[in-house]
Amino acid sequence: MTALTVEPNLVHAQKTLAPTENPRGDRFKMIAENVTISYGGVAAVKDVTMKFKEKTVTALIGPSGCGKTTFLRCLNRMHDMTKNAKVEGKVMIDGIDLYSKDIDPIYHRRKVGMVFQKPNPFPTMSIYDNVTAGLRLNGVKNKKILGEIVEDTLKMAYLWDEVKDDLKKPAIELSGGQQQRLCIARALAIQPEVLLMDEPASALDPIATQKIEETITELKKEFTIIIVTHNMQQAVRVSDYTGFMYLGDLIEFRETKKIFEDPKSELTAKYVQGQFG
Amino acid sequence: MTSLAKRQEYRNLFKQNVERRLLVDKIMRLVVIACVITAIVPLGSILVEVFRNGAAAISIEFLTQTPGAIGSGEGGIGPAIQGTLIIIGMASMIGGPIGIMSGIFLAEFGDNKLARSVRFFNDVFMEFPSIVLGIFAFLVIVLVLGHFSVWAGAFALALIMFPIVARTTEESLKMVPITYREAGMALGLKQWVVTTRVVISAAKSGLVTGVLLAVARIGGETAPLIMTILGSSIFFKSLDTPMDALPLRIWRMSLLPYDSAQLQGWGAALVLIIIILAINLGVRYFVLKKRNTGIFGRLINQRRHENR
Repeated sequence: MTALTVEPNLVHAQKTLAPTENPRGDRFKMIAENVTISYGGVAAVKDVTMKFKEKTVTALIGPSGCGKTTFLRCLNRMHDMTKNAKVEGKVMIDGIDLYSKDIDPIYHRRKVGMVFQKPNPFPTMSIYDNVTAGLRLNGVKNKKILGEIVEDTLKMAYLWDEVKDDLKKPAIELSGGQQQRLCIARALAIQPEVLLMDEPASALDPIATQKIEETITELKKEFTIIIVTHNMQQAVRVSDYTGFMYLGDLIEFRETKKIFEDPKSELTAKYVQGQFG
Repeated sequence: MTSLAKRQEYRNLFKQNVERRLLVDKIMRLVVIACVITAIVPLGSILVEVFRNGAAAISIEFLTQTPGAIGSGEGGIGPAIQGTLIIIGMASMIGGPIGIMSGIFLAEFGDNKLARSVRFFNDVFMEFPSIVLGIFAFLVIVLVLGHFSVWAGAFALALIMFPIVARTTEESLKMVPITYREAGMALGLKQWVVTTRVVISAAKSGLVTGVLLAVARIGGETAPLIMTILGSSIFFKSLDTPMDALPLRIWRMSLLPYDSAQLQGWGAALVLIIIILAINLGVRYFVLKKRNTGIFGRLINQRRHENR
């Protein structure tokens, strides 16, 4: 293995942000402007600006440690829980800055669903309780509506047929792939408009992965999806736009097809051709 | 790359001493078993001794009646049983919630100066001799009100209880993986909802264990009760008067020179052990519904499921 040497000018040269060119007047659901995230003074994400079009899938790719998960988490203010983490810049959702002082992140988190790398269903709850957790614990009590939402979201997550007779079963007894789809359903149940997914298929086998990808393709019709993935084929299969990150910088952010077929940056070319990673 | 010869040399490092390591393994296993036996023998012999000596004293009269004349061997420990249940209940009502809430504070917001000092004093508090807390309750309640009372006893026992509960609550909440908190936060839940509905329900068995440990501890406390509820030979009258309790009864009986009183003391000890055991099993059954709930049980179940 040879270490890749990067000329500094290469890293900073290419910051073309394709979706800002906006000939068709698309609506941007989320905009991250000059976002810098640092842990204890060390920057993990450096001055990243990205705009996410409504009802598209954007994939974030890049080698381990490039800051893509860190960036994804800031879109939901999940860094609030991490000590030492500092986020600078703006994250706008529907034009409102998520990081402005007088904004309670709770209301925005309800607009943004999140699926984590490792399935994390609530261990003491049943399947039904897991899906409805975000609703019940936010005060929704109507059993009929809850039932409808459970069926709807489990169907969206392609899990309904496997669990419809077992909704009272502890969630933790499901297989890993089922748990992940349950987590997708749980995230969808709060009726978000944006869905953040952090390598949702990295712990799953090919069949479960395929199901998750089908789910994503289906969900695109309604949601704005941002997905972090290690798997470049997955980015090609599910995403409309792809951002390539390297060492905390956003190197290139364009339509997926273009990034894989005709990358502008030499670094992106090397990465998508599998020369390092 | 390391040369092949070098690599072989690395491998040889592991081959040596196999027999010696197997022997050490065996010896360590024996040592561990010996330690377990050393720990169990005194415990077992205490239980056996209490059962052997105390069983003869147990009868319906013994469990329900007030104490008879000293040395007569008549009467029972009814007031003491009643008093122990009352004092444990009251102390748990006061000390349990305070302890659990301090534990939640320490676990969820425990990364600042205030919490660190609270944790430190809590730990010091936990090690306080119980007689000191009894004297404290004596000074601030008994002396102020001018008489011994159930209140003072409950206060003293609650003081013993809450640092234990706080510490075990904090430890069991900390065991809950952060991923569950994140999942809750990502659903747009307020932090206190995440804490109460997600984290606590995952840590329930740890919390219950902590409370039960504390109940067992205060159930056997004698010294603070001497300073506060004093003891009595009649049934409970009011919270403002002295009351009897099993540890007090055991202590008084065992000081008497009569065989019949000693027998009653043994009987009272047996009853106390059975009460603590019953509270333990009962709470576990009702709060946790069945075995293998709470996060540890679930995780065990999950592992079983994965292995299948």
